[in-house]
Amino acid sequence: MASEVGQQHPLTLYFWIWGLLFVVSAASYATDYMEAGYLRWFLILAFMLIKAGYIVAIFMHLKYERWALIYALLLPPLVILILVYLMATEADYTWLTRVVYFGDDPYPARGPMPGAH
Amino acid sequence: MAEASAGHATIIQDWASDVTTFKGVPWGKAMMWIFLLSDTFIFSIFLTSYMTVRATTAEPWPNASEVFSLMAFGHSVPLLLIAIMTFDLITSSGTMALAVNYGYRRDKRKAIFFICATAFFGAVFVGMQMFEWYKLISEGVRPWGNPWGAAQFGSCFFMITGFHGLHVSAGVVYLLIIAYRLHKGVYDKTNFEIVEIVGLYWHFVDLVWVFIFAFFYLW
Repeated sequence: MASEVGQQHPLTLYFWIWGLLFVVSAASYATDYMEAGYLRWFLILAFMLIKAGYIVAIFMHLKYERWALIYALLLPPLVILILVYLMATEADYTWLTRVVYFGDDPYPARGPMPGAH
Repeated sequence: MAEASAGHATIIQDWASDVTTFKGVPWGKAMMWIFLLSDTFIFSIFLTSYMTVRATTAEPWPNASEVFSLMAFGHSVPLLLIAIMTFDLITSSGTMALAVNYGYRRDKRKAIFFICATAFFGAVFVGMQMFEWYKLISEGVRPWGNPWGAAQFGSCFFMITGFHGLHVSAGVVYLLIIAYRLHKGVYDKTNFEIVEIVGLYWHFVDLVWVFIFAFFYLW
């Protein structure tokens, strides 16, 4: 039983990660006081990935598993990125169509957009 | 430990071994991982659909920072309840990690204590979420509309946080059942890997909240 010997870690490891998650969560919460922009989005994603990484690697012990299991769990979710890409691309068209047919004209200086009511 | 650090060459050996692929992993734990993988897809698809409706709506998206603010000490503090819920869930993850550790040390009493502590923090989380729902519903948020902007805000909010809250509620029940069965001695002849299995589920619930917090509340 590899897990019998594999999951024995000193308690201090968990206390460190626990404290670290608290600190990163506080930092993550602090981004709410920032101006919206690329820096804020970057920090939200960075803190999110740091927290997720430590939870999966240490609390869920994935760091201590064999590579066969690690890859079986971490590779499949990557296909979600394809869905995100497709949906994000499609969203531009949908948004533009809605603006043209039911929304306000986003470019008033250029005159009404074709098809606008 | 020695096996785990044996390097990438083990991948081919493990998958080509014609016997159990995930060596040293109890079957219950492997099945829990596979379930969590499928759950990852469910929550990913929820969050992707949220991204899609938010990116396609021509109306302004309600500002989560203001919608989820609470009055405290005479000031309006943005996302106050959400921050408390986040710290509560991290605390429950910490107690769960301790429970797993004591489980593998065969310290049954401490393992049961920390599982119950985890269930307590989980129940507190669900309670706070009920308060959050109650507040938003009384302010007029519905799945089909709200007073502040894009109608899709409500449907995304109720669907995503509702599904997550359902996972937390189920997790609390699951934790209590395992604690009871541990106490009864059902697992005495095993390695107590059941504590790690229920722990995996619980940490996953915390993991999902990390993504919901970032994308739904902060973005």
